[in-house]
Amino acid sequence: MKKLAALFAAIQLATFAAAQAADAPASSTNSQAQSDYTITLKDHVWSPTELVVPAGQKVKVTVKNLGDKPAEFESATLNREKVVTPHGEITVFVGPLDAGHYSYVNDFDHATTGTITAK
Amino acid sequence: MLAALLLVFREALEAALVITVILAATRGVAQRGRYIMAGIGVGAAGAGILAIFTGALSNSLGGVGAELFNAAVLLFAVGLLSWHVVWMGSHGKEMAAEGKQLGRDITLGIKPLSALAIVSATTVLREGSEIVLFMQSLLASADHSAPLFIGGILGLLCAGGVGAVMYLGMVRIPLGKLFAATNVLMMLIAAGMAGKAANYLVAAGWLPEFGNRVWDTSRIISNESWIGKALSAFMGYSATPTGIQLLFFAGTIAALVVMARNFAAIMPSNTSRA
Repeated sequence: MKKLAALFAAIQLATFAAAQAADAPASSTNSQAQSDYTITLKDHVWSPTELVVPAGQKVKVTVKNLGDKPAEFESATLNREKVVTPHGEITVFVGPLDAGHYSYVNDFDHATTGTITAK
Repeated sequence: MLAALLLVFREALEAALVITVILAATRGVAQRGRYIMAGIGVGAAGAGILAIFTGALSNSLGGVGAELFNAAVLLFAVGLLSWHVVWMGSHGKEMAAEGKQLGRDITLGIKPLSALAIVSATTVLREGSEIVLFMQSLLASADHSAPLFIGGILGLLCAGGVGAVMYLGMVRIPLGKLFAATNVLMMLIAAGMAGKAANYLVAAGWLPEFGNRVWDTSRIISNESWIGKALSAFMGYSATPTGIQLLFFAGTIAALVVMARNFAAIMPSNTSRA
């Protein structure tokens, strides 16, 4: 009985894995059409403060941390949360987004906010 | 100091709540303290190591290494929790009948105990690495590090305190009902983790999103509110859930209910609320 239960859990995980694998080729074709954007963080300011991206399209945003402290790019509305090491950069894929404003913050310094606007 | 306290508390709360449910679920099982503490210790050590390699991890696998790592860790925990829920389904009746005698029977508890110790470790690992990085960020801009450390430790203690209060409330529930309740909570926790994993896989570009906000309840319960944080720990609550997140949540609940039923479950009728 225990083994059977473990087997079921394993099957569940395998199903997730299979679903991911099946989706991988589709997303790599999507990624060829995406455009690249950059946001930098320096001295408690994101620049640009408002990044405009096309709506309805997947975009790649590179987030660069030019400071000496770790930061975390976090956006509840975009469902993204990612640490950026000092003098490091990360890649965040967002969208396709509906037109509108999506705010984000440095989760380690909540006063530092920015917006991604999809048009 | 207050900033450190609040932010560490916020990050540690999720892990504290998950571990509280685990402690309640293993009530009466011999050696559980040792196992769960070991899990927390391993998770904390792992968090320190993970914090060092965050940059390398982020930039691996085409820039989505961190997302894939988080998804893998979450799905691993989902698997372990699922196994436990189903195991409880098949053994819960005996356990409830035996009541307190269970504590003497070490062998009955060891396997699920190991699984739950590992779940504790993965939870501390994920939340802990953020705490380490956040503290690093605060320390880099501070003249005096001592107040920050004190604040951080107080934050951890506060999170532990909330867990302890909840635990004391839960252990008032009679043992048979307690296991039924913790089983339902673990199902919700597992389903919530599966939903979060789905979001990480979307962020990595491995899964379609199926809508980036199916609904928006941020005016009622925002992600940043304490209730939002607690619900995030218990069921992966997001004020703006994605379609795939909801699918993974519902799929996990459905799979677990079916599996638990098939193993002579003690699932109470109130599972339909999930």
